[in-house]
Amino acid sequence: MTLFYLFGAVAVIASLLVISQRNPIYSVLLLIASFGALSGLYVMLEAPFVAVIQIIVYAGAIMVLFLFVVMLLNAPHEETEQDERLHAFRRQGSLRFGAVLAIALAAELTWALTRGTGETGAFQGEAVSSVQAIGKALFTDYAFPFEVTSVLILVAMVGAVVLAKRDA
Amino acid sequence: MPTLNDYLILSAILFAIGTAGVLIRRNIITILLSVEIMLNAVNLSFVAFGRALGTADGQIIVFFVMTVAAAEAAVGLAIVIALFRHRESLNPATFTSLKW
Repeated sequence: MTLFYLFGAVAVIASLLVISQRNPIYSVLLLIASFGALSGLYVMLEAPFVAVIQIIVYAGAIMVLFLFVVMLLNAPHEETEQDERLHAFRRQGSLRFGAVLAIALAAELTWALTRGTGETGAFQGEAVSSVQAIGKALFTDYAFPFEVTSVLILVAMVGAVVLAKRDA
Repeated sequence: MPTLNDYLILSAILFAIGTAGVLIRRNIITILLSVEIMLNAVNLSFVAFGRALGTADGQIIVFFVMTVAAAEAAVGLAIVIALFRHRESLNPATFTSLKW
């Protein structure tokens, strides 16, 4: 339970810092910290495969892509005249409304999950944690979605090249 | 031991943080990062449910979510680069060409 609170606190605090930083580079680096904590939670859930691909694919590939774009564009700060004076959380109007909506969402979800139904939701039985079982399911029951995924990645790759090309 | 409820509450909190980021921030890259936070919150609940049901399906869905997130990040960042090249800005309020 201590580990759960530790990883959960790191994930929540890092995520809060992600959305409160002005410089996107810090946001990306803090998000990597948050993903590390989530990876620890996956290990606690006896899902080592997900924990490892969380680090390798998410923190290793996707976040490096983000970091690459942030550094390429070299526009580290939010740049409207309003943003220069006020931090994102202290602005008026629609932005504050957005914050209220998000807090309401968190309160509702937590309330719905914490009202007791009698069941504690404790994990019972064995977890499926072997990569062998996951691979077998992926190539038998989920073979069609798996192949569709390859088409999706091809489309994304072509789309990214076309969109980012100069004078396209 | 943490129960399924604990994981779901943590997932809800992370999802709300991601929502707040999307609604509050005025920087396209940070908004995309907030979407990643939301995807990860959902991944956590998938894995927790998979653990509670004792099947591998939760982890397989997470695999697919990660694939879609990678595709989304690649295309989204390409769009960000194209927009920045046209407008020299990352503020979504400046991209109003499609507005009537």
